[in-house]
Amino acid sequence: MIEVQNLTKNFKGFRAVNNISMTVRKGEILGLLGPNGAGKTTTLRMLTGYFRPSSGTIKIKDFQMPKDAIKIKSLIGYLPESAPLYHNMLVYDYLDYIARIKGIDDKETRYDRFLQLSDLCGLSSIMDKPIATLSKGLKQRVGLAHAMMTDPQILILDEPTSGLDPNQIAEIRDIIKTIGKEKTIIFSTHILSEAEATCDRIAIINKGRVVADDTTASLKQSVKQNSFINLSLKGASKDSAKTLLESIDSNLNVKDIEPVEEDLVSFEITSSDNRDFRSDIYLKIKETDWIIIQLTKESQALEKIFQELTREGA
Amino acid sequence: MKQIKIIAIKEFKDYFISPIAYIVISLFLIVTGWFFFSTFFIFGRADLRDFFSLLPITFSFIIPAITMRLFSEEKNVGSYETLLTMPVSFTDIALGKFLAATMFTASMLIPTISYPVFIAFIGEIDPGPVIGGYLGAVFLAAAYCSIGLFASSLTRNQIVAFIIGCALCFTLTILDKLLFFMPAKIISVIEYIGATSHFTNISKGIIDSRDILYFVSVIFVFIFSTYIVMHEKN
Repeated sequence: MIEVQNLTKNFKGFRAVNNISMTVRKGEILGLLGPNGAGKTTTLRMLTGYFRPSSGTIKIKDFQMPKDAIKIKSLIGYLPESAPLYHNMLVYDYLDYIARIKGIDDKETRYDRFLQLSDLCGLSSIMDKPIATLSKGLKQRVGLAHAMMTDPQILILDEPTSGLDPNQIAEIRDIIKTIGKEKTIIFSTHILSEAEATCDRIAIINKGRVVADDTTASLKQSVKQNSFINLSLKGASKDSAKTLLESIDSNLNVKDIEPVEEDLVSFEITSSDNRDFRSDIYLKIKETDWIIIQLTKESQALEKIFQELTREGA
Repeated sequence: MKQIKIIAIKEFKDYFISPIAYIVISLFLIVTGWFFFSTFFIFGRADLRDFFSLLPITFSFIIPAITMRLFSEEKNVGSYETLLTMPVSFTDIALGKFLAATMFTASMLIPTISYPVFIAFIGEIDPGPVIGGYLGAVFLAAAYCSIGLFASSLTRNQIVAFIIGCALCFTLTILDKLLFFMPAKIISVIEYIGATSHFTNISKGIIDSRDILYFVSVIFVFIFSTYIVMHEKN
């Protein structure tokens, strides 16, 4: 569906995007992750034709980017970062203008589409309000309605959930998941859990380069050894507990952390080999009169990958 | 073609949503009305010559104020990105915005039609120069709108766009008054570049293809420059 090869964009004196290549298949949800200033927005802007690439090719369906720009633009629904809209227009007038310019000529069809979109994006109560008076979340929804106006095959969303409250974030994610069943979606974010929850595939970008590009599941798989055990004990002293835990196996690395509650002691336990030590820990603690409050295995797979990949060379 | 029309209508409506339109139109009518009628009864001539002779100067300040927001505001708010990622070409955008500004300046001239109507009651008025005058005014306005559009495409700051636009329009307006300082060899070229003489010809009622060609060329040159600026900046 989308093929990007050796895409590069230079601005005065620095290279924002450096030789990016990637492919997005039909019906896939791709999450573009990266720290601030990594080149996510620039990449998306080139895909949507707002920036001209300094070099490299963009192929969307059978169209090449600079040559068939108008055809490509009509295939893509794009929500720019922080949804820049015309502030002096009413929501209805704005949507009407967008629909006209995107070629929905028939008045009835336009009206039907507005009804569907206002249901999907929850706009029915704000149709008659000036855009300037809307809150950020509402603007974001109008922007989303704009992007989905012609029911495009490809949706490109630049940080669709930034600056929204938790309810709105959940709503937008639901919308993305719903429409993502039939459509190809690329969206950028710097919230890891969001990418993890919604994307089929994740590409991590740092300093203008793609440093990882894989399915969400296999990315997580690849760092399973990064999991650790969280242990909280009641009635134990820090030092004696630590000594006891370290005596279980020489591969264990015990680090004491800030306890979750008062009068507890908490540890973060990692092992250098890949074994699960939870039962050993339980059996060992059973011999004492301490009480186990918490014994969980946690994996911060994505966060770890993200930190490793984006810290490198920083 | 359809896209141009949609953009033009949207931009034209935009003028009337904000108070700019009403402020600019009032200002224009007060300034031209005052200068025209303050001497009208002294000379006692039943024509609009004084009104039209003032137009190039008033236009060179009023029109950049109308056109300054066309691109600058969009760039500043960020909606320029929204606009450029919709299925429209640069030409559609430039022409649509140009047409909107031209239609707006033309609608600004409509209330002044009451002047010749009023004069017709008190004296014999020759319709030729009046019709020519309005035709010339629309051409002049269109040319200055294209200049203002170009100025606006250069910057995201509306005030800078206004000043650049004023400077360019004002230069074109006064160019034929500066001939005195020019070397003899290039006088005829400079005279042709100045806008006022072409406008004066048309407003006398003499509709010469050379004058019309002049305005069409100015419009073409500046819209094309706008296109190039848009292309280079993206």
